[in-house]
Amino acid sequence: MSAQGQFATKRLGKELQKINNSLPPGIVLVSADNFEEWLLDIKVLDTNPLYTNQTYRLKFKFGASYPIEPPEVVFVKLPDRPIPIHPHIYSNGIICLDLLGQQGWSPVQNVESVCMSLQSMLTGNTKDERPPGDEEFVRANRLRPKDIDFYYHDNNV
Amino acid sequence: MDSEDDFMSAVSSEDDILPDDSDNDDMSGGEDDFDFDDEPDPDLGIQKDAPPKKVAYDISFKVYQPSDIQKQQDDLINEVNMILDISKEEAAILLRYFRWNKERLIEDYMDKPLKVLEAAGLFQAAAGPPKLEIIPGFVCDICCEEEEGLQSFSIKCGHRYCVDCYRHYLSQKIQEEGEAARIQCPADGCNLIIDARSLDILVTPELTERYHQLLNRTYVEDKDTLKWCPAPDCQNAVECGVKKKDLDKVVPTVSCLCSHRFCFGCILNDHQPAPCELVKRWLKKCADDSETANWISANTKECPKCNSTIEKNGGCNHMTCRKCKHEFCWMCMGLWSEHGTSWYSCNRFEEKSGLDARDAQAKSRVSLERYLHYYNRYANHEQSARLDKDIYHKTEKKMVQLQKESGMSWIEVQYLNSASQALQTCRQTLMWTYAFAFYLARNNQTEIFEENQKDLEMAVEGLSGMFEQPVVELAKSNLKVEIMDKTAYCNKRRVILLEDTAHNLAEGRWIFNVELTGVMPSGGPSSNSNSNSRR
Repeated sequence: MSAQGQFATKRLGKELQKINNSLPPGIVLVSADNFEEWLLDIKVLDTNPLYTNQTYRLKFKFGASYPIEPPEVVFVKLPDRPIPIHPHIYSNGIICLDLLGQQGWSPVQNVESVCMSLQSMLTGNTKDERPPGDEEFVRANRLRPKDIDFYYHDNNV
Repeated sequence: MDSEDDFMSAVSSEDDILPDDSDNDDMSGGEDDFDFDDEPDPDLGIQKDAPPKKVAYDISFKVYQPSDIQKQQDDLINEVNMILDISKEEAAILLRYFRWNKERLIEDYMDKPLKVLEAAGLFQAAAGPPKLEIIPGFVCDICCEEEEGLQSFSIKCGHRYCVDCYRHYLSQKIQEEGEAARIQCPADGCNLIIDARSLDILVTPELTERYHQLLNRTYVEDKDTLKWCPAPDCQNAVECGVKKKDLDKVVPTVSCLCSHRFCFGCILNDHQPAPCELVKRWLKKCADDSETANWISANTKECPKCNSTIEKNGGCNHMTCRKCKHEFCWMCMGLWSEHGTSWYSCNRFEEKSGLDARDAQAKSRVSLERYLHYYNRYANHEQSARLDKDIYHKTEKKMVQLQKESGMSWIEVQYLNSASQALQTCRQTLMWTYAFAFYLARNNQTEIFEENQKDLEMAVEGLSGMFEQPVVELAKSNLKVEIMDKTAYCNKRRVILLEDTAHNLAEGRWIFNVELTGVMPSGGPSSNSNSNSRR
């Protein structure tokens, strides 16, 4: 645990250094008080009418084997931070994206690249809808995102 | 090998066994009839190549032990190694890539070797064996380490990471995710597969063992004709030619050397005569909360005005809805005001005002009662089968006791063992006949089926009763003969029932009240319904 924990800490320390220096446009670090949980805000940069003038809050949770294992990433709902509408984002903030699953994750990915992937996932979306079965899923789900066995059926959205 | 062939021969040979059965219906059969009963003899499994008689529900299969599985892999690897003049590691990777389809591999490789190598993650054979390197100015993209003298590694794609990160990555894949044959380069979007030789220098010895275990597994998992025996601690695999598309026509039940009987199609315990799709639906239905809703609609009524759900738990028929204050009669659902002075006894059943409401209620009640009819019988046999396990253990004690008390030899008390085995398999079958019947639309076949079901059920209950007699009774020779007769009869009735169902299934003569081939309605397409519905 401690050896792996150190592993994650070292890497996150490096990432934080880089993030503090510069971040791509539309991505803001909100808090990184420890190496377990970080908060970031993202914006969609182009003029997609679904997301104009909105800011979304992302919560990253890192396990001891990050970056070998993917972080847990969800949208968080606050009075001024809605959950973006998207056919792969459930209304409780859980994101269905292969990049965040064990199969699609690569240890070369990092917090910044995940944020950028989510930005582009929103940018490219034209559908004003939630995933099918959203209501049922949000009501019944007691699992953490990493334990959900998502089935990535469509990489085009 | 070809399932269609097996299948046809199974069907055609069915004809010569039926008359044989009907002749023997007089229960006179003793031990001679045991050729039907392949359950108590686990050895039969491997001698299935040329069984003397084939029945419609019987399919051919083979059981392989771990050493057989290893040998098959080695043989294939050696063969490809020689034919294509590539190393064994590469032959193994190529075979895994082609899902152990040797012919296709050789054909494709002869055609365009480079393309095949690239697709399988082998690229072009690089110079020299893989090794760790120290490269000046190297920064690891995973841990961001830039220390001088850092050992690093890359496979042929050139994506280089420090050896620590590589080891972390591999142990995650092997230990946690159970991957082996297709571990890809850690780089994002790089599909190159890490070969066995590279793994050998990267993983620690305890991990190597697990790695090879997992590799062995992929051989079985990659081949559609092979499946692991699902029994706990059983390491055997079963080969069977029945294909997925045939599952609406046949229930491929196989029996492992460990004596576990399971369905090759869905790996669940023996569920003859019900086809896999029905089994899946039935189990889902039984597990679903939807039956709660069914209960509600059958045991409660809705206020005719505001539709609030009401359960009457006592009192008179004069209902006043708590929500909307609507007054109605519980019996006829009509307006209470229309009841005039005949309070508290509703004799206005034919009145129009309540007719529609009652119709809806009645429909829902019928469907619930139908379900419960089949479910109760299914569950009863399931429970009895479990109790039979207990009986089986008691039987062993009884047999020892019997040997002492009556002076019978070991071989002479084996009839109890046979009886107990018969009870278990017959109950297993009976259980599934009820799930089967639930989905069956009524026709002439159904009548015959229900007769068969009734016969088997009566025989089983009869045998069960005899079986529970005290040891003193069991020792008497007339009861012994009776039990042996009944055992044979039970086994025979089971064969007849399975013959009939399997035959009609193969001919497509059953009419189900659900679509058999259709994919089950599941949860959201972007999420696995299994994990979502877990509470």
